[in-house]
Amino acid sequence: MVNYFLFSFKNLKKRGIRSWLTLLGIFIGITTVIALITLGSGLKAAVNAQFGVSSTQVITVQAGGLAYGAPGSVVVTPLTKQDAEAIEKLSSVNIAIPRNIESGKLEYNDIVAFGYAVSIIEGREKEIYKLLDVETEKGSLLRSGDRGKVMLGYNLMKEETNPFGKEIVPGKKVLVNEQKFEVVGILERQGSFILDNVVWMLDSDLNDLFDYGDDVGLIAVEVKDKDLMDKAKEDIEKLLRKRRDVKVGEEDFEVSTPEAALEQVNSVLNAIQIFIVIIASISILVGAIGIINTMTTSVLERKKEIGTMKAIGARNKHIFFFFFVESGLMGLVGGMIGIIIGTAMGFAGISALNSFLGSTTTPDIDVVLIFFALLGSFIVGAAAGIIPAMRAAKQNPVEALRG
Amino acid sequence: MKKEDKHKSEVINLNAVKKYYYMGDNVVKAVDGINLRVKKGDFIAVMGPSGSGKSTVMNLIGNLDVPTHGDIYLGGENTSYFSESDLAELRGKRVGFIFQQFNLIPNLTVKENVMLPMDFQGVSKQEREEIARELLSKVGLGDRIDFYPNQLSGGQQQRVAIARSLANDPDVILADEPTGNLDTKTGEKVISFLKALNKEGKTVIIVTHDLYVAKHAKVIYWLKDGKVEKKTRKRK
Ligand SMILES: Nc1ncnc2c1ncn2[C@@H]1O[C@H](COP(=O)(O)OP(=O)(O)OP(=O)(O)O)[C@@H](O)[C@H]1O
Ligand SMILES: [Mg+2]
Repeated sequence: MVNYFLFSFKNLKKRGIRSWLTLLGIFIGITTVIALITLGSGLKAAVNAQFGVSSTQVITVQAGGLAYGAPGSVVVTPLTKQDAEAIEKLSSVNIAIPRNIESGKLEYNDIVAFGYAVSIIEGREKEIYKLLDVETEKGSLLRSGDRGKVMLGYNLMKEETNPFGKEIVPGKKVLVNEQKFEVVGILERQGSFILDNVVWMLDSDLNDLFDYGDDVGLIAVEVKDKDLMDKAKEDIEKLLRKRRDVKVGEEDFEVSTPEAALEQVNSVLNAIQIFIVIIASISILVGAIGIINTMTTSVLERKKEIGTMKAIGARNKHIFFFFFVESGLMGLVGGMIGIIIGTAMGFAGISALNSFLGSTTTPDIDVVLIFFALLGSFIVGAAAGIIPAMRAAKQNPVEALRG
Repeated sequence: MKKEDKHKSEVINLNAVKKYYYMGDNVVKAVDGINLRVKKGDFIAVMGPSGSGKSTVMNLIGNLDVPTHGDIYLGGENTSYFSESDLAELRGKRVGFIFQQFNLIPNLTVKENVMLPMDFQGVSKQEREEIARELLSKVGLGDRIDFYPNQLSGGQQQRVAIARSLANDPDVILADEPTGNLDTKTGEKVISFLKALNKEGKTVIIVTHDLYVAKHAKVIYWLKDGKVEKKTRKRK
């Protein structure tokens, strides 16, 4: 066996910077794919964590066609506290808790930031805490009658994660829409961007600030049994259709189960991934064309070498494989650099994601992915080398020797 | 001597060989009817003016080129019926080429260059290494085996080329102006190597412009316009 790899490796070592530039396409393509897949899996895990915090038995009911509009955004016909009471009477439902989420100004240490405040219906706080698995890191939970008091999400406590440049501890006073509130507790870290950055207060306090009356932002429904999830969803939909007088298919509300929510987010992520994979494919294609170009030049430059090899007994297939393997190795090198940079970028992206979402996702190195990326980049390079290698192999020896 | 034996001892036989190039209405007769019989152990010089067809004849003998008319026998076999791939194998095994410009592969070491013809014939790695070392010390470069061609002088490079031409132990060494790029003294050293090889029984054919070099040969063929003009034999 002729040692094509050694020969190709030696040739590549002597390559000028210009021919390495043609690897940019392969490099960018592989970098994008690897970074994206690394980041994508991390992103999915982080997003799953966002939803995973609420128990799998919770159904969310919201008004409006789009279930995932920003909380507090304008909706046509709001849900009401009476809707929640009606839902709670359904046989498949255990409890239904109306919740309001409002965006407002939060001030501490003379610094104003925008944030969200959520309501707790007095008398039902225990159910809410259980439903959402809420516990305190410091201080105590809000109780009935705790007017003028608030609990803060975990991220609002620490100086590093809050916008106020100073740690907030229970006992301190904060301003919500210019009203003074006393902090009674800091919640445990939930790993959710939303829950970790929110201010909790009693419904009566929130209503004083925002005056929503009987209107409700969303209704959190706990199903009696996990197996009743689908039935509960149907029951609620039927009930609300009647109460709001809308036909099937024209619902102006959304009843979403955690699975459905996850699916929706994941399908968006998948679409983004497909889009970027297409871009990556284009740059790999551009890279392949670059390799074809470089190898064609290389065949012309090494005509005399080809002639010499034929004179000393090289058959056409030998010449073919010299160039074919060299081209494949070029692709492989581009892929290798791409994998290193792509993995680094993926890791950097995930740590950025973690500090942004407050999640704790750790990316892992996918050996199978790396193997296929390497194999793929070799194949792309080798495939790009087929035509130049065939041209090299078909050279007339006498003409080639003349150079 | 029986006819068969005579045939066997004939390493090369060119039978009315022509190489014409057709360029539009013009015909370039690079080689125009050459008969040539070379016996094993011959030392032949080919001389003639530029463009007389010397290189073309060499390429035909080495089966690097195919004639437009006539037959070429190498070791008694008519190569007209050989496929491209078989011709490659044949020249790899039976012929050793030496060029004016040395033609070493620049990105391979001296040793790897000498091993290359054996690579193509599927010789095992160990054997390749052994033979390459042996041949390189024979041409006085045993201490340079890991050098690259551009680290050697012209004379040294040509000696590497000689070692390479011997890699598969061929019958014939074809050298097209092997001293053309060397000064007289270095050229002489190269010729002395070729002479020594001839003494060992190799058939050597050398193209040269230098009568002094040609005089080492037993026979000189003088070419003109693609034909053998005359043939001079060295007196013993
Ligand atoms: N591919 C080709 N197409 C057309 N004509 C060619 C071709 N190759 C060679 N010839 C012609 O054939 C003739 C013989 O060429 P060749 O190279 O054999 O000469 P030479 O005796 O080796 O000359 P030199 O001493 O300069 O090396 C020349 O006239 C040359 O122009
Ligand atoms: Mg010539």
